[in-house]
Amino acid sequence: MSLLSVRDLTVKFAMRDNTVTALDNISFDLAKGERLGIVGESGAGKSITGFALMNLLSRPGFIDNGKILFEGEDIANMSDAQMRGIRGNRMAMIFQDPMVTLNPVLTIGQQMVETLMAHRKLSKAEAEQIAVVKLREVYIPSPEERLAQYPHELSGGMRQRIIIAMALLLDPELIIADEPTTALDVTIQADIMELLLELCQSNKVGLILITHDLGVVSQMTERTLVMYAGKIIEAGRTREIINDPQHPYTQGLINALPQQTKPGMRLKQIPGNMPSLTAIPAGCPFSPRCEYVRDHCRTTRPEPVQYAHVEVACHEVNRLHRENSEEQSA
Amino acid sequence: MKDAMSDGPLLELKQVEKRFDLDQGFLETIKMRNGKVIREKRSVHAVNNVSLKVDRGEALCVVGESGCGKSTVARLIAGLLKPNAGEIHYDGTRIDNQSRRSMIPLRKKMQMIFQNPYASLNSRMNIQQALEEPVRYHNPGFSRGEVRDKVAEVMRSVGVDPSWSARYPHEFSGGQRQRIAIARALTVDPEFIIADEPISALDVSIQAQVLNLMLEAKDQRGLTYLFITHDLSVVQHFGTRVAVLYLGSVCELADTATLFENPKHPYTRALLSAVPQLKDDRPNHIRLRGEIPTPINLPQGCPFQSRCAYANDRCLAEQPRPVQQPDGSMVACHAVEEDRMVD
Amino acid sequence: MSMTTNAAEASRWSRIWDSNMAYSFRRNPVAVVSLAIFAFITVMSLLAPLIAPFDPYDPAQIDIMNSEYPPVWVDGSDPQFMFGTDDQGRDLWSTILYGTRLSLLIGLCAVALQAFLGISIGLIAGYVGGRLDSLLMRMADIQLSFSTLMVAIIFLAVTQAMFGSETFNQYAVYFLIAVIGVAEWPQYARTVRATVLAEKKKEYVDSARVLGFGPLRIMVRHILPNSLSPIFVISTVQVANAIISEASLSFLGLGMPPSQPSLGSLISSGFDYIFSGSWWITAIPGVVLVVLVLVINLLGDWMRDVLNPKLYKG
Ligand SMILES: Nc1ncnc2c1ncn2[C@@H]1O[C@H](COP(=O)(O)OP(=O)(O)OP(=O)(O)O)[C@@H](O)[C@H]1O
Ligand SMILES: Nc1ncnc2c1ncn2[C@@H]1O[C@H](COP(=O)(O)OP(=O)(O)OP(=O)(O)O)[C@@H](O)[C@H]1O
Ligand code: SF4
Ligand code: SF4
Ligand SMILES: [Mg+2]
Ligand SMILES: [Mg+2]
Repeated sequence: MSLLSVRDLTVKFAMRDNTVTALDNISFDLAKGERLGIVGESGAGKSITGFALMNLLSRPGFIDNGKILFEGEDIANMSDAQMRGIRGNRMAMIFQDPMVTLNPVLTIGQQMVETLMAHRKLSKAEAEQIAVVKLREVYIPSPEERLAQYPHELSGGMRQRIIIAMALLLDPELIIADEPTTALDVTIQADIMELLLELCQSNKVGLILITHDLGVVSQMTERTLVMYAGKIIEAGRTREIINDPQHPYTQGLINALPQQTKPGMRLKQIPGNMPSLTAIPAGCPFSPRCEYVRDHCRTTRPEPVQYAHVEVACHEVNRLHRENSEEQSA
Repeated sequence: MKDAMSDGPLLELKQVEKRFDLDQGFLETIKMRNGKVIREKRSVHAVNNVSLKVDRGEALCVVGESGCGKSTVARLIAGLLKPNAGEIHYDGTRIDNQSRRSMIPLRKKMQMIFQNPYASLNSRMNIQQALEEPVRYHNPGFSRGEVRDKVAEVMRSVGVDPSWSARYPHEFSGGQRQRIAIARALTVDPEFIIADEPISALDVSIQAQVLNLMLEAKDQRGLTYLFITHDLSVVQHFGTRVAVLYLGSVCELADTATLFENPKHPYTRALLSAVPQLKDDRPNHIRLRGEIPTPINLPQGCPFQSRCAYANDRCLAEQPRPVQQPDGSMVACHAVEEDRMVD
Repeated sequence: MSMTTNAAEASRWSRIWDSNMAYSFRRNPVAVVSLAIFAFITVMSLLAPLIAPFDPYDPAQIDIMNSEYPPVWVDGSDPQFMFGTDDQGRDLWSTILYGTRLSLLIGLCAVALQAFLGISIGLIAGYVGGRLDSLLMRMADIQLSFSTLMVAIIFLAVTQAMFGSETFNQYAVYFLIAVIGVAEWPQYARTVRATVLAEKKKEYVDSARVLGFGPLRIMVRHILPNSLSPIFVISTVQVANAIISEASLSFLGLGMPPSQPSLGSLISSGFDYIFSGSWWITAIPGVVLVVLVLVINLLGDWMRDVLNPKLYKG
């Protein structure tokens, strides 16, 4: 049985006079210890997915339909009290901004001990010992002293490591990381990512990594979901998606990277913008920006189909593939 | 005379320094330490002894981590800040000590594009007003028709749809706003553009649109760029030369190709190895250990010493000077100078 | 041509109608009722010369024999005088209409003066900064440490003594506007300065500086339009305060003379007769004053909630 199994998840927002669909029929599975990347541009619905999985959506957002099965139990219908036993305990979340998670007026030690004692029957001394072990695991130098420090006394990279240590505190089975390193510098980002990877592998923890950076996904995850306007438009093994993307949007995204073009030459750009939730086009959401668009794309929604090792939601994959291979052979 | 000047660099920074005082009032400078009351003025050493040249037609990229002083360098050049020491020359004229009025003619030549497209446009002006204002201000003699023509010409060249004219910035996406901001800078026909992370706030597909626009403007108008970014793949694509900044000092300055093929400074090497690659699974990423110093208490000696694997006693005591390498790059590192780095 | 302007006009109105502010207004019954009452009072008082059955400023229309008639719904009234008459025999309804007009006029003009002084000083202090900022803000502190009423009482008492009652009464409107206007500028200056300090850091200001614009242009064309929200909010509170200040001063006999009564002086003049049973001379203008101030404050509260993004809970 998979660790997490999401079926037809639909999330809506209640707006002024109507509701808008932020997540549209999302389905995917995550095996135990598997690492899954969710990529997409701003507004694609990545964070909403993360929040929905933790059952953390707040007004005006709500789960309209669908199941989120975590080890067979449906999270989508759980009460707050039931969720508290899972959240932070068997399932942890890491946010982009460490200050969202860390309480600025409590020391690192107080926060870690509090979390531990809330979920486990432990004495304060025992809890502190576990905290020190976890801090050492994330390579925090002199962890005993850090327990007495406040979040603002630490650097950004150090804070993000502490967040990871706190996420791992109760040995969860799943970590959801929403852009955990976007606010950090590349050198520090590389450190943190390496650490997260190492810990997930050695502890057999499942990871859902939300990011807009294809490079990060390529190095961290085994499988990838590509999201666009609240829908999964391509899903499959990360290697295959990066090396041989099938959906025109994924292709455009990868081709737009400066690495893909000779220095100084024109980059391959995708025209237009991601639609806002209130104006998602009928049919294929990507149709106004797509160079392969056909009339039926504008009216019928493409359903995900299996194609060359990946699942793609595009009417024209066959034609696209034919044209591309012709291009290459020509 | 004029011709002789044009041969020199377009922009030159000579040993520029910038400090920000943290304790401004008298009361803030009084502190308790070890039971004694002392007076102490702390300051952020944001830019230390930076010398740079930008030649006509090139795109000099400045990279470095957050807080290393990239934006401060940009703001010093744009005249938004005054340096504490050193000189800034534009086209042979010293500009850092001039009054606002005497700078006005220069303003037409040098423009700046900012990082945050959501804050860099005045939200109470519609697009037409925002684009017309600089044209009118710098060309008081223009008739209404001429102003309109100029604005229309710039709009066309950067792909700002004329139907946007009457709309306000909040009606546009980040990429569209950045396009409008670029159009606004181009209305005065500048020759030099300082771009402070112009695409960092944008999505990948939109980044490509804006970068293309900037490349086009470069070719069509013969622009020179000082381009600030922390994204090395953008540097490799856009830059002709790169300056790597660490804690307010230039640690390596080289042609883009040279830097990416053969990085010399230990920090540059770590930086390049840290970029997540699309294709190969495991890059041999150089892990940096040690504390990141703050620009408030700058260490004596090399600013990179606390994280450098090659640091020795000399590095702790003496600040390395930029030294020209055989391939033309400038590197400020004792280990490179002494040739004791193992490849 | 006119077609297009009409279309543009129409789209502007529909844009205003669709805006968040208009939407939240429509959804807020308190704000709607407040605005309706405020508009009603304002229109009535502006139309006073047309609506009022009598002109309270015209001695020829006043007959002392008509004094102290109660309102029509009380026994012993005269159907000519809807709200009764005051001690001098003036029709209370007409006097209230004219009085409200005066109170509103003084309140609005005083606030305009405050706003002019406060916004200019706040803009300069915030934008220029440094010594000038410290100097101006210390001045504001000193000004604020005296209460408005105290300053006004001293100033008005001294002027009254200096010019004599006759001249004073003639120019009372101007004196009141000046003193209430000058006494309260720091409220504006502080708010504007705080906003300017926040706005000044934004990139559009840097962008304007890089384009070479002068400080005056940047302050007036760029920073000021972006600082309007808090200015609107305090303006409502200040108008209410100014109307109250004027009423208090008039009540103390330092404001509008009884021959040219504002709401405050009406209340004051009726106060002497309250115990002789003529409660309406005080009570009816009192109710008008309270309602006027209340609706302005309610509008201000609504505006603060809408314009302050920190209070917005999505
Ligand atoms: N409280 C809300 N009310 C209405 N719409 C919302 C709300 N929160 C998010 N949205 C919308 O939901 C969509 C998806 O948002 P989400 O935060 O998941 O994007 P994302 O993919 O995480 O983007 P980013 O990369 O910018 O974090 C966006 O279009 C956003 O505008
Ligand atoms: N106005 C200021 N007052 C005080 N300190 C400042 C000021 N502006 C910048 N600094 C400090 O100067 C240093 C350099 O800042 P700068 O903004 O130039 O960095 P940066 O390289 O642009 O960083 P980022 O990549 O985050 O934009 C930082 O430590 C910053 O905190
Ligand atoms: S379905 Fe049509 S519009 Fe959508 S991505 Fe495929 S080809 Fe393009
Ligand atoms: S000077 Fe020394 S500390 Fe600095 S980078 Fe070179 S080797 Fe490292
Ligand atoms: Mg997000
Ligand atoms: Mg910066």
